[in-house]
Amino acid sequence: MGEEVKAPEVKVKRKKRDNAFKRVVKYSALRLLSLFITVVIGVYLTIMIANMGGYVDKIMKGQIRETLAITLREDPNFQQMEPTVKATYFEAQVINAEKRLGLDQPFMIRSLRFLWNSIRLDLGQAQMMTSDSGSKTVRLIILERLPSTLLLMGVSNLVLFFTTIALALILSRKYGSFWDKFFIAASPLSAMPSWFYGIFLILIFAAVLKILPFGGMIGSPPPANVGQYIVDVLIHMILPASALIVSAFPARVYNWRTFFMIYASEDYVEMAKAKGLSAQTIRNKYVLRPTLPMIITSFSLMIIAMWTGALITETVFLWPGIGRLIYKAIGMSDTAVIVGTTIIYAYMLAFTVFFLDFIYAIVDPRVKIGSSNRS
Amino acid sequence: MKGLKKTFSELKHYPTAIVGLVIITLLIIMAAATIIFLPYREAKILWRGDEATTYLNPVNARPTWTNLFRKEKWPESFDIRFSENENVVKTVLPKEADAPEGKTVTELKYSFDYNYGEFPQEMILYFEGTYTNSKPFVEVSILTPEGRDIKIIGKGVAATETYRFNQDMKLEAKLGEKTSLVGLFSTINPEDPKVPEVAKGTYTMTLLVQTFADGDSVDAELVMHGLVYGFAGTDHKRRDLTTALLWGAPIALLFGLLASVGVSVLSMVIAAYGVWFGGWIDALIQRITEINMLLPFLAILVMIGTFYSKSIWVMLGATILLSIFAASIKTYRATFMQMRSASYIEAAQTYGASNNRIIFKYLIPRIIPLLIPGLVLSIPGFVFLEASLNVLGLGDPVLPTWGKIISDAYYQAALYNGNYYWIIQPSVLLMITGLAFAMVGFSLDRLFNPRLREQ
Repeated sequence: MGEEVKAPEVKVKRKKRDNAFKRVVKYSALRLLSLFITVVIGVYLTIMIANMGGYVDKIMKGQIRETLAITLREDPNFQQMEPTVKATYFEAQVINAEKRLGLDQPFMIRSLRFLWNSIRLDLGQAQMMTSDSGSKTVRLIILERLPSTLLLMGVSNLVLFFTTIALALILSRKYGSFWDKFFIAASPLSAMPSWFYGIFLILIFAAVLKILPFGGMIGSPPPANVGQYIVDVLIHMILPASALIVSAFPARVYNWRTFFMIYASEDYVEMAKAKGLSAQTIRNKYVLRPTLPMIITSFSLMIIAMWTGALITETVFLWPGIGRLIYKAIGMSDTAVIVGTTIIYAYMLAFTVFFLDFIYAIVDPRVKIGSSNRS
Repeated sequence: MKGLKKTFSELKHYPTAIVGLVIITLLIIMAAATIIFLPYREAKILWRGDEATTYLNPVNARPTWTNLFRKEKWPESFDIRFSENENVVKTVLPKEADAPEGKTVTELKYSFDYNYGEFPQEMILYFEGTYTNSKPFVEVSILTPEGRDIKIIGKGVAATETYRFNQDMKLEAKLGEKTSLVGLFSTINPEDPKVPEVAKGTYTMTLLVQTFADGDSVDAELVMHGLVYGFAGTDHKRRDLTTALLWGAPIALLFGLLASVGVSVLSMVIAAYGVWFGGWIDALIQRITEINMLLPFLAILVMIGTFYSKSIWVMLGATILLSIFAASIKTYRATFMQMRSASYIEAAQTYGASNNRIIFKYLIPRIIPLLIPGLVLSIPGFVFLEASLNVLGLGDPVLPTWGKIISDAYYQAALYNGNYYWIIQPSVLLMITGLAFAMVGFSLDRLFNPRLREQ
């Protein structure tokens, strides 16, 4: 009798687990698909904007004619040709050059092929720009700038992330103290962007005190010794990194403090306090644990944000990073480089968003993947 | 509405909010006064920096108030027209016996005090002559406080002539100093003979004008370019920075307010429609937001500025469009979702209220307490965005704005060359504006969200 009763129970359980598995798979597939479509549309939009809907082609065709006319004028063979031969030769050269850049095909077809290549991460050749080592491959151009951006953004963001959270945790426990009030009052200071602080830092430390360089990443001539080289880069990094940190610091502290305080005023924290648990345990298990999803989100978005660099801060400090690369690429209307940086950013963001859902489910038992109450 | 009024009266308890509101009021007064007393048409002409509007201004002159902090004052700029200035002593010299018919010799003397610690930047004489047969002839000389009588130049004056002291190589060679004006205004420094010192005292410029027919005349304008000028100094194109400092206020306020109101209101309305109608409309809004959050905002804005137009209206429009579908629309959506199933909305539905009535009369008013702090807090961001675009070289080419001054100064290496005033003045104004709105915004935020409130 007992066996008969047990059997259906197991069945039900398995069915439930199957359901959960199916739900996760179905959810993941749908989510991946929708994210992929989002990335494709986003990248295609960037391609359209970066090409001005085909207008860049006209500019480039004009440029090809102009440069060819100038180079051919210098060519003695060309000078001796008959006028009619000259004209046909010139046109042939123009067609050749347009073919080389793929301008002979209609823009719609090219933009779609460009999209296809971008999505496969085949970033192709730059139209105008070259890397400092002379390569026209977009991948190499980006990779060349990547270390300097990662260095600057990495150092400043990591410092910001950990110092602000640590300080906010302390402040959230000292509600209403002098320092708490101080940081509340200081939070509007973050309304000013980092480049703005940068200008003041340059003014004080480079122009007036003359103790730090105005900008750039390395002195001229660069020191031959590796140790001195590292020191020189670090010295050049002080001002831009400080600008990035100082501008974001007050608001970050304020936001984290408020955030922690909301969690610290939950009933279960009061309960833990009443139980007489140590402050450290309360902080780690009762405040930090439930806020973990938010902290992870913030951390991962910060990692992605490092990628694009700080466009204006890098420009103001002449820091040779991705931000300046994007700015330069736009100035030279080099679609390949603009789209190249965008696609990498888009992919990273999409993947992060996708995996964050799972991380939430892992760190927060209340969250169920694919359940209908999540939007 | 009563609730709103109450909240604003509660703002009185926040000192930061009061400071912020006072600053904002002052800025609005400044902006309004600028628009009234320096109409845009005039400001645009001044900011274009033509010769006609800038010839009186020195290059990169410091603001005049900087002299308050100097023991040895820097020279101020001035200009006089010999025919109009009452301090010019005019004497018609007696005719020489063998003078030809119609020849008149007039002496024009102008004395000015020069008690500054530095040499002037430039001195220019603009001559205007009218004559029938032969050109009038002018001889210029300067009597220094030490009694040196220095012959500057003698020249025939046709219709218009310009004479710049520092560009006269002959004079420079004759005086044997680094520039003509250093030679003119210097005395030997007792401490270090190699470094010339300004000879302080009264200088007298004499113009000896010879005309050769009745009715012929010569007028001259003396322009002294000092090292300080006006209220705010000048830039590398001799433009008076006051123009841009004043006009920066209305433009910054307009850009900040329009952008933040546009973004907040539009995203709120769109979120409300999405939530109310649900289905594919909501899904579409969600997808657009996701795509938009994937796009690099600043890079797209830079592209639009580089490829299409740098006009401030285009930039404003693009900024609003790109910012509508952002994180804030998700916050509004979440709040509307909670309200959607409220019983008073159900009641409205049963009495037959239209969709628009429900959205605008029942959904949106409830969210305004959430909207206002966010709106005010987003203003500084947009004010600085306008400046940021300028620093990237994407400012409206004709508009005199704070960001434009900063970017000009930055690209002219103002910090490197020690022209700090050039960057500090607009930066301080930007900072004050941004901070004022941020202070009010943070106070409003604490008022509307009691969880954040202090004791």
